[in-house]
Amino acid sequence: MARIGVFICHCGTNIASVVDVEKVAQAAKSMPGVAFATDYKYMCSEPGQAMIKQAIEEHHLDRIVIGSCSPRMHELTFRKMLKATNVNPYMLEIANLREQCAWVHTDRAKATEKAINLVRMSVAKVGNNKPLHTSMIPITKKALVIGGGIAGIQAALDIADCGFDVTIVEKEPSIGGHMVMLDKTFPTMDCSACISTPKMVDAGAHPNITLKTYCEVESVSGYIGNFEVTIKEKTKFVNHDLCTGCGLCQTKCPTKVISEFNQGMSKRPAIYIPFAQAVPSKPVIDENACLKLTKDKCGICEKICPLGAINYKDEVRYTKEQFGAIVVATGYELADWKKMYPEYGGGRYEDVITGLQFERLVNASGPTEGHIVRPSDGKEPKDVVIVKCVGSRDPKKGKSYCSRACCMYSAKHAHQILDKIPGSRVYIFYMDVRTPGKGYEEFYDNTRRDGAQYIRGRVSKIYKEDDKLIVKGEDSLLGRPVTVEADMVILATAMEPAPKIEEVVQKLGISMDKDKWIQEAHPKLRPVETQSAGIFLCGTCQGPKDIPDTVAQASAAAAKVAAILCHDEMETSPMISSVDQTKCSGCGFCVPTCPYKAISLVEVPGRDGNRKVTKKVAQVNEGLCQGCGCCNAACRTGCIDLKGFTNDQILKEVDALCL
Amino acid sequence: MSIKKDNNWEPRILAFCCNWCTYTGADLAGLNRMKYPENVRVIRVPCSSKVNPQFVLRAFQKGADGVLVCGCHPGDCHYSTGNYFTRRRFMLLQRLLEYNGIDPKRFQAKWISGSEAAKFRDTVAEVSAQIKALGPNNKFVGAHYDNTVMEKEAEGGKD
Ligand SMILES: Cc1cc2nc3c(=O)[nH]c(=O)nc-3n(C[C@H](O)[C@H](O)[C@H](O)COP(=O)(O)OP(=O)(O)OC[C@H]3O[C@@H](n4cnc5c(N)ncnc54)[C@H](O)[C@@H]3O)c2cc1C
Repeated sequence: MARIGVFICHCGTNIASVVDVEKVAQAAKSMPGVAFATDYKYMCSEPGQAMIKQAIEEHHLDRIVIGSCSPRMHELTFRKMLKATNVNPYMLEIANLREQCAWVHTDRAKATEKAINLVRMSVAKVGNNKPLHTSMIPITKKALVIGGGIAGIQAALDIADCGFDVTIVEKEPSIGGHMVMLDKTFPTMDCSACISTPKMVDAGAHPNITLKTYCEVESVSGYIGNFEVTIKEKTKFVNHDLCTGCGLCQTKCPTKVISEFNQGMSKRPAIYIPFAQAVPSKPVIDENACLKLTKDKCGICEKICPLGAINYKDEVRYTKEQFGAIVVATGYELADWKKMYPEYGGGRYEDVITGLQFERLVNASGPTEGHIVRPSDGKEPKDVVIVKCVGSRDPKKGKSYCSRACCMYSAKHAHQILDKIPGSRVYIFYMDVRTPGKGYEEFYDNTRRDGAQYIRGRVSKIYKEDDKLIVKGEDSLLGRPVTVEADMVILATAMEPAPKIEEVVQKLGISMDKDKWIQEAHPKLRPVETQSAGIFLCGTCQGPKDIPDTVAQASAAAAKVAAILCHDEMETSPMISSVDQTKCSGCGFCVPTCPYKAISLVEVPGRDGNRKVTKKVAQVNEGLCQGCGCCNAACRTGCIDLKGFTNDQILKEVDALCL
Repeated sequence: MSIKKDNNWEPRILAFCCNWCTYTGADLAGLNRMKYPENVRVIRVPCSSKVNPQFVLRAFQKGADGVLVCGCHPGDCHYSTGNYFTRRRFMLLQRLLEYNGIDPKRFQAKWISGSEAAKFRDTVAEVSAQIKALGPNNKFVGAHYDNTVMEKEAEGGKD
């Protein structure tokens, strides 16, 4: 028989002024199982806690109910208090007599009646509580970062500086992401490569960081502290252990294909290091372009490599590794505007380019060595139109969100054109100008002072007439159509999540929002956490943002990771679901209800009459379960139940409230 | 159903509230000293999806006049998808209850976030008024059910 103690708190006068606390304690005395009941001024205070502990001893109580403030306030306090007694910390229920009774009612008689009712509910529940024990799971002190853009690099550096091992998995042959493609960065106009390549080198040389470039995450299992990740290493056809990155092979390769790094505006060989400052600075062979691999001809690189590093028989390799925490930093891609905007020529006009192409054009190490010229004829453009919100903020084109960096980089591009081409004119079609960052508004003001003409309105059509691109739009401030004869058009196209993000999200068991950006656990209070414990996010994989915000998030994610890895083991909440496998029929209905993929069907030995058979039953992974109880209601036999909130306990509460 | 013309009659309403949104919203209503009728009692659950339809049936059977199931707004579930299950399950249950002659107003699912203290207060006031107008529920009360186990326990407790 349970021996319940009931302790009613006055909370100074907070509860006592509305609820007749003595009457509640008196009423509790006659409730089933109650061995002791009393009231006191402040239960949470030192003397209050001492009084409870003494009552536990004196009256041999084995569980307690506290009628006080919300359990969200002091449940932990009282659990801690119980740790010092021989009552299990989970043999506790709290009746919310303050926030949900005294503070919201004025009628003393009715409030007191309700308080008695609430205490009765808690007494009924606690009678069915079972001692619960936290378990400890070991933590692998190593982090995985997926994506090696500035977000991934910064997160990895911060985690590594805390003394933990980090592996960066990057799908491209080099880390760096989009930032190394940029020329200058707003608002300070410092050279992007000058500030990002040192970080890349640091990451490459850091004793705690392992770079896995040209690799992808194949599968992920496990849970916080103990993820098991299979990493797929794509075929490089170059043995990076032997290669010194001398670059001789690149110069001799006869095949030339479009350079991704230069956004299609130059060519690269089939064996290539994507750009001069790549980390690692070692080539890979593009198997779709290489003559040896496609047609079994050529083979020059193998012949001239002084170290014998070329291996045409290279195979995809899989390695399995354990990690304690994961950071997702897969970044963004620019939306393919060509399909979305046939009215802008759909890609037929070479001189209609994207902002990223412009970054390469204006970059001293880009295809034109920094000369802003038209891709079609190499002439310097005099009249340049910049179109903002191409794809962004346009639900009709599929994206309702703002891409956030475009207002600023368009102002940057205007400034660069006006600065580099004397006598040039820049027209910027915009919907709104959004510059909410430190020094951003001033930057935009300066660009206007430089002479950039801002025209409020959308562009409806771009077509070619002789040498010119005719840009037709509307000036919505003047309420009349405008036509600009331009030499070049730059489109500020929408950012969208990295390709194949659905696969990444699915492998990790995290979620995305309607636009496929990765969903943070809470938009305000848990901005770099995902729904799954131990998996964090940073940078543009969460939504469009600029470099300062990206880096801030990366360091935040790193701090979260370090807070896990600094422990040898971690306590798990015991309030999770468990299966009574003797009752489970193996129907599997619970499996798809779990948002954490914590439930799986396993085979266990069973019995059919006298025959020994194996049967399928559900099993809960204790590391993954977060204790929502969603599976409970899906169970037909009622064999899967949430500890601390069992079906039985809640039914008892219902009964008590209906008395 | 006979409606008692007793003006002092107070309905008994049970509200299952998820820990992360509605329970927090209810606490906030308290912090803001908002006032609402005493006849609603909150049962705290981790997630609205933990609420088994059986709990609702049991409440009606035991004489509850109304049952509320409250959780985070769809899309905001602390456990990411729980309240979608709640929504589907309870749409079905509501139809079943209606089929059995229980007025749909007696059983409602509401989405109230942790910041919507006023919405919690208003919902409680509104539902309470609706149910007061409907009068006591005696649809399932006394329906045959094997309560012996429970009753024995209850008796044992009184000793
Ligand atoms: C034209 C233009 C100009 C800009 N100018 C500025 C500026 O001046 N100032 C400023 O602050 N911001 C600017 N930005 C914004 C800036 O580019 C971003 O804020 C920043 O690069 C985001 O970094 P990231 O690491 O989140 O993403 P990314 O740079 O996209 O890095 C993501 C990395 O993850 C890798 N990856 C993706 N998927 C996988 C996968 N499944 N597995 C492994 N690896 C994967 C990618 O290959 C990439 O290396 C500009 C953007 C554009 C388009």
